[in-house]
Amino acid sequence: MTVRTARERRLLPALADVTALLVVASLLVGGFELSLTGLFTDPAQLEMFLISRVPRTLALIFAGIAMSVSGVVMQLITQNRFVEPTTAGTTQWAGLGMLLVLILFPEAPILLRMAFATVAAFIGTLLFLAMLRRVRTKGPLIVPLVGIMLGAIVGGVTSFLAARTDLLQSMAAWSSGGFSGIVQGFYEPLWAAALVAVVVWVMADRFTIAGLGEGIATNLGIDYRLITLIGVAGVALCSGVTSVVVGFIPFLGLVVPNVMRLVLGDDLRRSLPWIAIAGVALLLACDLIGRTIVAPMEIPASVIMGAVGAAAFLGFLLKGRQRA
Amino acid sequence: MPDAVDASATATAPAARKAPTDTRPALRLAIVWALALAAIVAVLTVDVQGPLELALPRRATLVGGILIASFAHAVATVIFHTVTSNRILTPSIIGFDSMYTLMQTLTVFAFGGSAIAATDGLPKLIAQTVLMVVAATALYTWLLDRSGGGVLTLLLVGVVLGLAFDSLSSFIQRILSPTDYDLLSLELFGRLSSVQPDHLPLAFGVCAVVGGVVWMRRRRLDVVLLGRDGATALGVDHRRELIVALICVSVLIAFATALAGPMTFFGFLVATLAYRLAGTHRHAFVLPMAVGTGVLALAGAQLVMRHLFDAAGLVTVIIEVVGGVVFLALLLGGRKQR
Repeated sequence: MTVRTARERRLLPALADVTALLVVASLLVGGFELSLTGLFTDPAQLEMFLISRVPRTLALIFAGIAMSVSGVVMQLITQNRFVEPTTAGTTQWAGLGMLLVLILFPEAPILLRMAFATVAAFIGTLLFLAMLRRVRTKGPLIVPLVGIMLGAIVGGVTSFLAARTDLLQSMAAWSSGGFSGIVQGFYEPLWAAALVAVVVWVMADRFTIAGLGEGIATNLGIDYRLITLIGVAGVALCSGVTSVVVGFIPFLGLVVPNVMRLVLGDDLRRSLPWIAIAGVALLLACDLIGRTIVAPMEIPASVIMGAVGAAAFLGFLLKGRQRA
Repeated sequence: MPDAVDASATATAPAARKAPTDTRPALRLAIVWALALAAIVAVLTVDVQGPLELALPRRATLVGGILIASFAHAVATVIFHTVTSNRILTPSIIGFDSMYTLMQTLTVFAFGGSAIAATDGLPKLIAQTVLMVVAATALYTWLLDRSGGGVLTLLLVGVVLGLAFDSLSSFIQRILSPTDYDLLSLELFGRLSSVQPDHLPLAFGVCAVVGGVVWMRRRRLDVVLLGRDGATALGVDHRRELIVALICVSVLIAFATALAGPMTFFGFLVATLAYRLAGTHRHAFVLPMAVGTGVLALAGAQLVMRHLFDAAGLVTVIIEVVGGVVFLALLLGGRKQR
């Protein structure tokens, strides 16, 4: 079953090593000086490490998993490799949900905000899928364009509402997000992403078959609609939680699954763990770049990710046009 | 392959709804324009407080803004739809709004919020327009020169650049002071009421020149509707028409955006209405019909919002929301039209 090509044998261990290195680097780099020996001798250092550095790194790990797993699930459901939460409007819907809760219940606890964001993301993604069913001409590029239009409408409504209620700047603050403010007590909801990843992995074979299309999947005895619903629910949960805790992270879900598919193919059972690991590595790298190039200030990982991701996206688009 | 949409989008175009004679579209056109003119007169005169001579110049500026915005967005969207062979997109989504937002945000970031008001003049308007047009033209010629580079690829590249600009803008907006941010946010919504009177002559000039170019090509644009193969067979240089049209689109949208702020769905709304109202696919009727519909929509919305709801500032927002809803409705319900 696990036949591995020479390329995989070289690439995968390297990817694992790089990720481990990035995790260590993320734990050690930062404004507060830390040293490995200090961790064991100085209780203040250890405390700081546990309160701020560990949560931040965990948040990065979970957000990386959340976005890359969301991306691959959406690409399988829509059978289109340009779809991910930001190009399908899912994150914009999460933003709308978040804003609504800020307007209706300004004092809402973080869990209620996430619930609103998740429900809105869920509804929005179902709407997107419903629209795709109606769009007769499904060129590989028209699908993301429809999603982006939808996202633009929802984003427009959101920023209009925010402007009317003087929440525009706090919206901008929250949607460009970042990991700088993450300390103990703020990141924990992101564990939900790990849960979703496990569920997707357990059901990986069914998602792989669903990715062949409704007709084939139904012939093979798969309840296509149920799988789609579970997938959308997982994506909505990941997007909702990630949006509330760290903001939008564009393109990660698009770049990572596409690159990993070139290496590992379509079998989700085998590729999902590596997709998650690569997502974590990419996000950690973006965060480290953002933290170091303008230190002691920092550029949010999402902004770096936006630039890197846009370049990668354009690369796919211009090179692999025939394969789309 | 990337242009698989072409066939279905254009297939219905020449055959369906052939108007019996040319008088019907002309009549419809006359009705829409009569209504539009009535709406303009109403905007100018209804409910004037105090002497008319004082109110008129201010309202005339507003009407000027309405005319410019309608013309630019309507013409740009119709020819954009023609050359891209689809009717569900609107030229603003390929990054103009985002580029405008980024330019404004960077201005405030570099020079402070007062810079926006201080630099609001003709030079800035021209500089912004030129910058946007140069960027768009570079993108078009680069992408369309590549063999096989389809229009959809072009769109998606524009969209992705737009997303990247947005992410940069929202980061910079986050670190602005709240005062600067308030000043900036005024610039980021469509705002017909703040059009400067001394910009209007230039605006009319730009519209007249681009309008002239488009009008001279109206018959060639009819042929472009047949798609690349059809147009080529009839002796039209498809790629050249594409680039000329896209440059016209970027001039119009860039100028209208710099003048009156971004409007994403307005063009989509009026073009969609115009196809129905015109009852023909000939650009000689569709183009003026779209402009008239735009004037009617903006002036009508202005009247309703100002005199019924006392919320004139919301006009462009309302139009945007209506446009967005029509877009959704068209995608969800309307199979037949495309």
